[in-house]
Amino acid sequence: MTDAISSFGAVGRPVSIHTDGAAKARLKGRYRTETWFKWLGAGAVALAGLFLVLLLSTIVTQAIPALRQNYLTLPIDLSAAKVDPAKLDEVNYDAIAQEALAARFPDVTSRQDRRLLRGLISTGTGVFLRKDIAADPGMLGGTVDYAVPVDDFADLYLKGLLADVGSDEAISTSVTPSKTSGDIDLTFGDDAMLALARGRGATEGENGMLTLTSGASSLLVVFNGGTVKLTALWPGPSGTAVAKGTVIEALDSTAPAASGQAFLRVIDTPEASRKISDKEIVWLDTLKSAGQIESRFNSIFFFTGASREPELAGVWGAVVGSFLTMIVTLAIAFPIGVSAAIYLEEFAPKNRLTTIIEVNINNLAAVPSIVFGLLGLAVFLNFFGMPRSAPVVGGMVLALMTLPIIIIASRASLRAVPPSIREAALGIGASKAQTVFHHVLPLAMPGIMTGTILGMAHALGETAPLLMIGMVAFIVDIPGGFTDPATILPVQIFMWADFPEAGFQQKTSAAILILLLFLVIMNAIAVILRRRFERRW
Amino acid sequence: MKKFLLTTSAAALALAASAGYAAARDQIQIVGSSTVFPFTTAVAEKLGQSGKIKTPVVESTGTGGGMKLFCQGVGENTADFTNASRAIKDSELKTCKANGVTPVEIKVGFDGIVLANSKAGTVVDLTKEQVFKALAKNVAVDGKVVPNPYKNWSDVDASLPATKIEVLGPPPTSGTRDAFVELVMDAACQEEVKAANEKGCGEIREDGAFVEAGENDNLIVQKLEANPNAFGIFGFSFLDQNADKLQGHKVDGVEPTFENIASGDYGVSRSLYVYAKKEHVGVIPGMQEFIAEYTSEGAWGPDGYLADKGLIPLPDAERAKWAEDAKALKGMGS
Repeated sequence: MTDAISSFGAVGRPVSIHTDGAAKARLKGRYRTETWFKWLGAGAVALAGLFLVLLLSTIVTQAIPALRQNYLTLPIDLSAAKVDPAKLDEVNYDAIAQEALAARFPDVTSRQDRRLLRGLISTGTGVFLRKDIAADPGMLGGTVDYAVPVDDFADLYLKGLLADVGSDEAISTSVTPSKTSGDIDLTFGDDAMLALARGRGATEGENGMLTLTSGASSLLVVFNGGTVKLTALWPGPSGTAVAKGTVIEALDSTAPAASGQAFLRVIDTPEASRKISDKEIVWLDTLKSAGQIESRFNSIFFFTGASREPELAGVWGAVVGSFLTMIVTLAIAFPIGVSAAIYLEEFAPKNRLTTIIEVNINNLAAVPSIVFGLLGLAVFLNFFGMPRSAPVVGGMVLALMTLPIIIIASRASLRAVPPSIREAALGIGASKAQTVFHHVLPLAMPGIMTGTILGMAHALGETAPLLMIGMVAFIVDIPGGFTDPATILPVQIFMWADFPEAGFQQKTSAAILILLLFLVIMNAIAVILRRRFERRW
Repeated sequence: MKKFLLTTSAAALALAASAGYAAARDQIQIVGSSTVFPFTTAVAEKLGQSGKIKTPVVESTGTGGGMKLFCQGVGENTADFTNASRAIKDSELKTCKANGVTPVEIKVGFDGIVLANSKAGTVVDLTKEQVFKALAKNVAVDGKVVPNPYKNWSDVDASLPATKIEVLGPPPTSGTRDAFVELVMDAACQEEVKAANEKGCGEIREDGAFVEAGENDNLIVQKLEANPNAFGIFGFSFLDQNADKLQGHKVDGVEPTFENIASGDYGVSRSLYVYAKKEHVGVIPGMQEFIAEYTSEGAWGPDGYLADKGLIPLPDAERAKWAEDAKALKGMGS
């Protein structure tokens, strides 16, 4: 076209407005705008992608530690003297497990230390033991090696999330202890230890006295089969160093350890800045090097209900609750939504009333979800007197919320069925209902299903409407039916995010991953349905 | 397809109908304060583990919301217990009575409200007066009531660091906020402010120095970690559980420690309560077991599992008295 115009120009006609300088500038400007827009669009997509990757990688890295749980294997005495097979319910299983742990560390005698030691294993130990014995009475009658979950702080430490512990380094001088237990003095062959303590935050006192308070790194000396925690150091006679220390694990003897026979273990994080004490760390390290601690797949997390103890908390109760709620939602919203769509699209006369209804269905889809929760509280709970916290009520509220979405999606896919199908059916003598149910609906079904699944996915992620009807609650028992109290996955995430215990942070991320997984599966099903069954005309 | 539609709608109807005849409730329902929630849930779980009764269902609705649900009336559709981070108000007790509810009051322990910041920040020693001056909406300067002019802590008192006043705290709907206002702002209120406006003492500045951080205390903890100059106001249990990241500040020269709050030396602490519905005892199974578990030494004692969760126990004599009254189901106002 431009060629033709310019050729006219060549034979002496005036230059066309399509080819003059201004036109070329305009053309250039148009191309520039297009390029700009393309780059902006690509930038927006890249930015969104970046945020998605950032979000997912944060959640995944946070969630990974929650997938495993450390177990401590203890020889537990289940002889008849401890457990009377006739009275299995009256036995204090916690005490039996604690005794086994105390027997492992016979040196720990003070009341406070024993309390610390007891705290290493989960408070749910007794419950697990009771359940397992009930399932397998063959365990009774002797000592069995039994694995118990460790407490949340011990678990976090073993996963390396609580404190930085350096590896053992050989001390290049001799170490002589004064006693084997209690508060002891240690004599080092040279004064290298003094400089080290200074560098680790020791407080300088009179006469070169260095005090290691709980605000400094912890210095542990491992030798003669025991561990000593240093509390103070000062220069000794003729270039030596003397240290005061507390024995955490008793030494075998007071024999001096030769150069290279003693080891120094530094815990960088000061004791005051962590939730686990030096003693607990030493005990756990001992148990770990003895092979008694093992990291397993965290089946508790996947197959139990909620708990206030991070190591006992699981998502199964919330998954079952979500499932029950979704069944109710589907059973109510799908038939009603599709019927409404069929009536409005195929049978209803086009008059002012149906127009009003149509507009209001669109409005309903935009109503904030909390409003449906208030409606549920006022109508289902207060008027009909239905039970609080029950999936049946939650399902009904969510059904109200998804109804408009399903109606709109269904109407769109019914409308997409070409009129020729209807005309052909009517032409061979089918009734209106036969036309709709035998010909139009089956063709519209893939679209309807897609809309329904997306609506359900939307409902699966809702918390706000359930707040009002009591499903935002702490529920331990796994719901067995539609009227049992239950909670759902997003609520579980919300509650875990609010608990003070540090162990719940990983659980929260892991639960988010599970919820995302369900959403991805549902959306994938929607995509597959659409691609396999959708007909294009 | 028709058949499918018919069966699903039939199922939906059947479901809706079955819900109408829900069987008699055999599980305790508890509502109320989010501050007491972590403790009550721990008791509920322990009781459920024992296998004696079904694990009670605990909802966190806030103290006021809980009272409303609790005092609604007697019957299966009403809550059996409510948690409260303050004592029941006269108006609430009246509503309860009017609806035939006799609450049994159980004081379960104390909770300290702490001012804390990240370990990377500086430790300060505050007085209630300084906190009031830093956070009140209106303060008295030279005898005149003016909108809070202080920008830095050092403007409030020369001994404090010259950093911007930035405090993250709970919103007005929270029980923690109520208690903070009562224990600090009202207690240290300046005469002039009080004289100018009866309610002026409780008003917290809205010019950005005080940030309402929402009900989620974990969020405050995370924000404090990120900003060492900011201070946070929250319950002691969050300081206790995050002792590796946060440090509490002295108020009036007393450090917010477990011992100081328990002994009453730390000035910013409040009592936590659980109210039981006397009418439901014997009707809903497990009411008495729940009360007994909560008031047992193994739970609320100094070495009990609630202390591990951050609840600060009552003194021995008081514990004994409350336990006795609770077990005898001594109703209020009867």
